[in-house]
Amino acid sequence: MSTDTDTARIEEVVYSALEEFGAEKADIKRDAGFEALDVDSLDLAELAQIVEDEFGVAIKSGDVEQLKTVGDVIDLIAARA
Amino acid sequence: MREVVVTGIGAVTPLGVGARTLHARWAAGEVAIQDGEAPCADFDPLAFFSRKEARRADRFTQLGLAAAGEAIEEAGWADGAPYDAHRIGCIVGTGVGGIDTLETNVGVLHDQGPGKVAPLAVPLMMSNAGAAAIAMRHDLRGPVFGIVSACAAGANAIATATRAIQCGDADAVVTGGAEAALTPLARAAFAALDAISTTGVSRPFDARRDGFVMGEGAGVLVLEDGEKARARGADILAVVRGVGATCDAHHLTAPRADGAGAAAAMTAALDDAGLTADAVSYVNAHGTSTQLNDRAETVAIKTAFGDHASHVPISSTKSAIGHLLGAAGAVEAIATILTLRERIVAPTLGLEEPEEGLDLDYVPGSSRGLDVPEGDPAIGLSNSLGFGGHNAVLVLEAV
Repeated sequence: MSTDTDTARIEEVVYSALEEFGAEKADIKRDAGFEALDVDSLDLAELAQIVEDEFGVAIKSGDVEQLKTVGDVIDLIAARA
Repeated sequence: MREVVVTGIGAVTPLGVGARTLHARWAAGEVAIQDGEAPCADFDPLAFFSRKEARRADRFTQLGLAAAGEAIEEAGWADGAPYDAHRIGCIVGTGVGGIDTLETNVGVLHDQGPGKVAPLAVPLMMSNAGAAAIAMRHDLRGPVFGIVSACAAGANAIATATRAIQCGDADAVVTGGAEAALTPLARAAFAALDAISTTGVSRPFDARRDGFVMGEGAGVLVLEDGEKARARGADILAVVRGVGATCDAHHLTAPRADGAGAAAAMTAALDDAGLTADAVSYVNAHGTSTQLNDRAETVAIKTAFGDHASHVPISSTKSAIGHLLGAAGAVEAIATILTLRERIVAPTLGLEEPEEGLDLDYVPGSSRGLDVPEGDPAIGLSNSLGFGGHNAVLVLEAV
């Protein structure tokens, strides 16, 4: 499902979740790092639940180590969806 | 043993945000009970926290964090604590911890299945979450844990914190209690026990009393090693003169009718303070407005105080704010400190019809001046008695 529309949908879901977690809307971009956004492992556990629900994609705790930026998560979901 | 002093107090109660607000409004005769409950209606979490912090904390933790902020600021620690972080503890009591989080997630489990239960459920509902959150926000890295003893938890926490400083485990401890149990399950469960007032009125020691009114809130105190606090030039509000704790070991909910456990805790606290009962100028009663507590506590005060029982003014903060469960002991310790410092005894509100045997001076009607013998320190005693038979008593001296 790696079309532009699908990526836009993934982006929308991820951005909205990060905003809900408390990150500043203006700071949420593909190249924004999770550390700078103050997004930690508990937020990523919540995000994994939302992503599984929306796209049927599982993000495991082993994946989290590799995820440093918002774009990393979007790409991982797009690759697995 | 090292002297333990109070250098900051903070409270969020149904009477409003702020420790002084609590005492001033209670002394003015205000009652914060609405429709049979006492919520902290004025408390807006977003006035204290970012959205992220607020969603990382159950309401009991939010109330505790706000009270801790006030206490820490008064202690003069706003720009950083005066001691090595590993020498500062945080000990906070609660009755049921994050019960709102628990109930919400049980609903999710039933309706949507285990895969939808929030990852934040455990860190928000755990009863030590309040202590952990306060420690994290203020970088307190010494002994940090929760205390669980139902309605005695706030007082047990302060007593434990006092011992930690006296024994040299810590130079300072941020301590108190927090509770937010105005939830469907807690309401239904206390009602099933017949413990909650069906008339929705909290009137301790009155013949018509028919149970307690549930409240929510938090009280936090900054305790410090007296010598170190004085050396840094801190303003000292009070001294924790003595602590005492016992258990009735009798019944899961009912107190011993002879009040022996509560009396023993009062005597232990006075012994710990090196005082006799006649040195006490004020008693802040547990005074829940239940038939059993108010009778047993009266018997206990008579046992522990002897002749002085009928001379000492006794009042119940719960007449104004209901029962704050695990936060009650801490909020009431703060009310006791302010009573001693302001020299104003707030009344037991709603007390109009006496009952045979309940014949002590419960300060009915309105506030009065605190009478302290010339040249003596103002000493007060605060009782906290919890389900499980837990009795915790603090003896406090105003400075």
